[in-house]
Amino acid sequence: MSDVKKFLYVNRKAPYGTIYALESLEVVLIGAAFDQDVSLAFLDDGVFQLTRGQETDEIGVKNFSPTFRALGDYDVTKLYVERESLEERGLTEDDLQEITYEDEDDDWAEKPSIRVVSRAEMTDIMAQQDVILSF
Amino acid sequence: MKIGVVVSEGPYTHEAADTAYNFVRAALAAGHEVPRVFFYHDGVNVATRLSVPPQDERHIQNNWTALAKEHSIDLVVCIAAAQRRGILDKNEAERQGKDTDNIAEGFRISGLGQLIEMGIQTDRLVMFGD
Repeated sequence: MSDVKKFLYVNRKAPYGTIYALESLEVVLIGAAFDQDVSLAFLDDGVFQLTRGQETDEIGVKNFSPTFRALGDYDVTKLYVERESLEERGLTEDDLQEITYEDEDDDWAEKPSIRVVSRAEMTDIMAQQDVILSF
Repeated sequence: MKIGVVVSEGPYTHEAADTAYNFVRAALAAGHEVPRVFFYHDGVNVATRLSVPPQDERHIQNNWTALAKEHSIDLVVCIAAAQRRGILDKNEAERQGKDTDNIAEGFRISGLGQLIEMGIQTDRLVMFGD
């Protein structure tokens, strides 16, 4: 067993209405300190977590969506979004926040963290993981 | 095989804590090791020692306490999730100025790092929830 494992956090729930999305993000932030190979997957209603322009004042809960833009600073740079889940909800990639990271292996070039993948590709991504946490 | 277990739904409302309990018993009986169970989301509510279900019902928290004692399983409750939901150990109750703690025997409160560490140190991580 190698020292570094592949961790995938699967986000399937809308950002508000239940606490799963927020507490998933808390695990990701803590987990970043462990120097593992981390990916995030967004599917089903989980794709709403990444939408731009979230406004939560009226429901009295914290808007945590800006935190996704900070993930690059934690070396969390692979955010896989399932294309079919977007389409089923009338969303496109343009409805999502712009999330980037600086690639240290490429002269700190700014690159997009979000990668829209097909459902079939998502199954491959899941099959490659050592640890999957589902929220 | 070393198996890590996560319980992420609350007791009685949801079957996750029961299914996880039965799974752990079955895994141990089959010769596997279950070094740790991590309680997250509403799963932290399994750890209250103030639960008093009707006598003809299973006592989920007591079941876990007994199982942990018998097999030396580390039952870890996430501190961030526990504080939101009012699960406190003695130290935390004193620190927060509360008049009592409510954590059951065999459970301990610690950080999310324990969940990640469990994922790294076990051969399989199995999550029970929605």
